Amino acid sequence: MWWAWILLAPGLLWLTLLYLLPLLGLVPLSLSEPLSRFGLETRFSWRLANYADGMGTYGPVLLRSFAFAGLSTALGLLLAYPLACAIRFRGGRWQPLLIGLVVLPSLTSYLVRAIGWTSLLGDNGPVLGLVAALGLTDLGLLRDGRLLNTPTAVVLGLTSTQLPFLVLPLVVALQRIERRLLEAAADLHAGPWRRFRLVVWPLSRPGLASALLLSLIPAAGDVVNPLFLGGPNERMIANAIANLLLVQLQAPRAAALALVLMALSGVAVWLLLRRGGPDDLALQ
Amino acid sequence: MRGVGSWLLALVSALAFALLYAPIVVMVLFSFNAPRGRFNLVWQGFTLANWRQPFADGALTQAFLTSLALALAAAALAVLLGGLMALSLERLRPRGSRAIALLLALPLTNPEIVLATSLLSLFVDLNLPRGPLTLLLSHSLFCLSYAALTLKARLAGFDPSLELAAQDLGATPLAAFRRVTLPLLVPGLLAASLLSFSLSFDDYVISSFTAGETVTLPLYLAGAFQREISPQIQVLSTLVLLVSGGLLVLATPLGPSGRRPD
Repeated sequence: MWWAWILLAPGLLWLTLLYLLPLLGLVPLSLSEPLSRFGLETRFSWRLANYADGMGTYGPVLLRSFAFAGLSTALGLLLAYPLACAIRFRGGRWQPLLIGLVVLPSLTSYLVRAIGWTSLLGDNGPVLGLVAALGLTDLGLLRDGRLLNTPTAVVLGLTSTQLPFLVLPLVVALQRIERRLLEAAADLHAGPWRRFRLVVWPLSRPGLASALLLSLIPAAGDVVNPLFLGGPNERMIANAIANLLLVQLQAPRAAALALVLMALSGVAVWLLLRRGGPDDLALQ
Repeated sequence: MRGVGSWLLALVSALAFALLYAPIVVMVLFSFNAPRGRFNLVWQGFTLANWRQPFADGALTQAFLTSLALALAAAALAVLLGGLMALSLERLRPRGSRAIALLLALPLTNPEIVLATSLLSLFVDLNLPRGPLTLLLSHSLFCLSYAALTLKARLAGFDPSLELAAQDLGATPLAAFRRVTLPLLVPGLLAASLLSFSLSFDDYVISSFTAGETVTLPLYLAGAFQREISPQIQVLSTLVLLVSGGLLVLATPLGPSGRRPD
């Protein structure tokens, strides 16, 4: 058995030194104070005020992050669930190709996709023209007649980047539903709606939990979409942490905010995976 | 009723694909744009000039090569460490396997910014100057979980009796592993490498914390929003998409010969 541990050793060393210890190290760091205004060196001093200050200043930003993440995930789900059903039940032998088409956009850097959205949503861009042509300018989606640098742009960008992470776990869950079950339901005179409500929906619930998780947590911690599609009023929590750490050199407050974000994400994981094991997540 | 449902399903699916592909279409289109000024963001007119000089933007090309090298090294390291872990966890099952599998899955539940913060504070504490080394360390770390879990899932899907049969026929355990398990593992190794490579190649958040003066492609692109968006950005990105899309097609089982989900 000793050589099982030899095989594990290098990987475990990596996980311990680069993941576990630095993550635990955030706790004392979040209670420290900076030594100077010009460096990242700190001194431990039980400064709980880092949390109070952080939540006071960045509470609204945190709230906004989860609002944007929740909104984009909800919007994405409205698109992803029907798409996953279409792939599973109408895709036939083209299912692998359709799944590939869902994955393909993720192979382009999300910064390049943000550049694409900048062109599309810009002041002379086609989306703004379409919104005007359809007479949708008064729905509160624009700010000063612009789309770029608005919450709309950020939520749209987030929805687009997170969509594959919603579709894939749903397709996997739907593929596990045996056709026989649906045929049996049909034999028992269940119409399409009852077949969906009584068979498809309950059996897709585990996939739904994974999908929500894979979309919500990265979206809440996203940096790129708020930074490049939003204005100063659309910054999210990860932008605040990056700014505190890299610009203001306030490592302890950054660590405090990061731990709060991690705790909130942990609560989301726990709530969504209460019924399944960690394997639900590992599958993805 | 069934007709309306089908129509709605098709409409929503089309909308979803539109949202996925809108920025991609723009990227390909704008690689043929002749921009006025420094920002290739507004359509001016068609040209092939950018495609004749895909490497005209020297700083972009340099960042591209840096990311290529980094992603190759990080993927190799992650697949090596992760593969050994997966083998041990699936085949030898030492005590505590479940706890270790959980530890592997844990980083996947953390927002990237949390990992970035903890890695930067570690490198500051160790007085390790930020640069290629810290980039490689942090990239190999976040790829490790994906590589190990992908390979572990592949190994779990194997029939262990194949290896036992080889041993019954006189092969030593090591020979059985080399002649039976390893060849079967090749698709899994390929998948884990591709996944790790693309995760590292695309990483922005963790790199922005641990890169120091080193400029990877995503870091260059982030700077481009303030500095200059040259059409070469769209040309190179289209090339990357063509290559990675080709690899994806090769890796995808198509048509009736593929595994039927039912």
